[in-house]
Amino acid sequence: MVLLIQILNAVQYGLLLFLLSSGLTLIFGIMGVINLAHGSFYMVGAYLAYWLARTTGSLWLALPLAVLIAFAIGLLLETAIFSRLYRRDHLYQVLLTFGLILIFEELRSIAFGDDVHGIAVPALLNFSIPLTDTLSYPVYRLFVTLVCLVIAGLMYFVIHKTRTGMRIRAGNSNREMAASLGVNMPLLFALVFASGVALAAFAGAIAAPISSVFPGMGSQILIICFVVVVIGGIGSINGALIASLAVGLADTLGKVIAAEYSAIAVYLVMAIILLWRPQGIANKA
Amino acid sequence: MPNITLTRAPLLVALVLLVLFPLVGSTFYLQLGAKIMIMAIFALSLDLLVGHAGMVSLGHAAYFGVAAYALALISPKYEAANLWLTLPLAVGAAALAALIVGAFVVRTGGVYFIMATLAFAQMIYAVFHDTKIAGGSDGIYITVRPDLSVAGFKPLNLESPSEFYYLALILLAMVFWFLNQLLHAPFGRALAGIRMNEQRMRSIGYPVFAYKLAAFVLAGALAGLAGYLAACQFGFVNPDILAWHQSGIVLMMIILGGMGRLHGAVIGAFAYVFLQEVLSTPAVVGVYAKHWQLPMGALIVAIVLVLPHGIGGFFDIAVRRYRFRQSEDAKDQP
Repeated sequence: MVLLIQILNAVQYGLLLFLLSSGLTLIFGIMGVINLAHGSFYMVGAYLAYWLARTTGSLWLALPLAVLIAFAIGLLLETAIFSRLYRRDHLYQVLLTFGLILIFEELRSIAFGDDVHGIAVPALLNFSIPLTDTLSYPVYRLFVTLVCLVIAGLMYFVIHKTRTGMRIRAGNSNREMAASLGVNMPLLFALVFASGVALAAFAGAIAAPISSVFPGMGSQILIICFVVVVIGGIGSINGALIASLAVGLADTLGKVIAAEYSAIAVYLVMAIILLWRPQGIANKA
Repeated sequence: MPNITLTRAPLLVALVLLVLFPLVGSTFYLQLGAKIMIMAIFALSLDLLVGHAGMVSLGHAAYFGVAAYALALISPKYEAANLWLTLPLAVGAAALAALIVGAFVVRTGGVYFIMATLAFAQMIYAVFHDTKIAGGSDGIYITVRPDLSVAGFKPLNLESPSEFYYLALILLAMVFWFLNQLLHAPFGRALAGIRMNEQRMRSIGYPVFAYKLAAFVLAGALAGLAGYLAACQFGFVNPDILAWHQSGIVLMMIILGGMGRLHGAVIGAFAYVFLQEVLSTPAVVGVYAKHWQLPMGALIVAIVLVLPHGIGGFFDIAVRRYRFRQSEDAKDQP
């Protein structure tokens, strides 16, 4: 039973990582931009949810509002800043997005202070399913897992079954060719970027009642997402899904077996993958 | 070659000013100066990798931190450690860490290299942060600075701010000279070749992997030298010194000064630490001193968008324009 709980937690964490890393990997695959600020969007989502849930009094209202605001922020950032980065060296992309992290962290610090804040789980889902006499599983976590699954399914549908998705795939595999075939690349870039920001913010918002909101939460998850992208292969959504679940399992089970070394376990998985397939599991060398 | 005198003159002037500085500087400024020079060594080590070998590492603070931790762990508790013993050991530890990580990451390129260096650096961070081997998140203290006496003769007393300043200055000058020699030697030319066209270097028979790994290990060792000095200066080591923000900051320094130029790395370190001091001084910016990272972040964004070659590059272009105008004026003379 304890194992079942841990596996449920691992899947929930893994799917959450997938929401983040799918955006990260697509932004890199299509626009060639390495975005360190992606973790900041996770943080922005969580703090937006915290703030909106407090002002509106309902997380159900806060979630869609946070996603909309994040989408708008994404569009704004794309047109003002990121669109100038596409042809630049990775080094400058790293540096600029590093600067953005500093800005977001300080704005957070000015607006909300440096304390940890909790968000109440909505009353509707605030109960647990008893598994044995002493163990139970919180329904909200199941809800998060379910929502992540639905979104992953929606993403699969959009990317593989719609015309926009076809354009995204085309842009991902060959930018110049897609552009010369008449795909409106600037529009596509803006759309993908803002969607990635919205996804990251949604992940932060929906996880906030579980993880609470705290300074540095974006950087912490960003590094794990990088590990996911390195394992899964850049630009690969399928790779990101497999890698997210693998990292979720390694981290959660690592915490059970040897708590002090669980963070290291995740990186060891990455080291082994790098030796075996330096281009990630889903990409051909 | 008139260019040589033109580029060397400012360097010599800067060196003379730095040597004379302790005559006028107060203890606070001597400590700040030593800190800047330590960061300059750190920035130089990364410039070897990023600016000259074309390998963008986002985990360089790990080797800085490994050497700092090595000093903290091998120092005796209440007496001075021997510098001649601990310095090679600490730098060796950093080089070994770079060798192990490098064996994995140097196989990758481009954006994988960036992400993998970052992830491995975080792994080293997790080792020091999560486990008890070196005090965990609390860190450890080094109560007495290392001693560098040989057979009873003590050339510098590191407890004195001015003498510690001179040690940092001597080491900075040595690292600068060494890298300058190295980059003009065949090894440095080969690295430049790999940066510009790796495929071609491989096809004409260069062992590219070995060259890149050697550069990675050397950069790690020099970062370790800086980390050792930082641990001496602050007498305290905690996981923050190898967190990835440090790696970002040192990358910022070399861009700020202009990448791929050794003097650029030094200028960048000076500019960054100076800026940080100004932006975090309440007397200058008032209540916003606590939030100094906000203007710093905005500045980073602005520099990337507006000054693509850094402050150093900006001056280089200005100097070139000035020379061009001079030569045009000379032509106009009858």
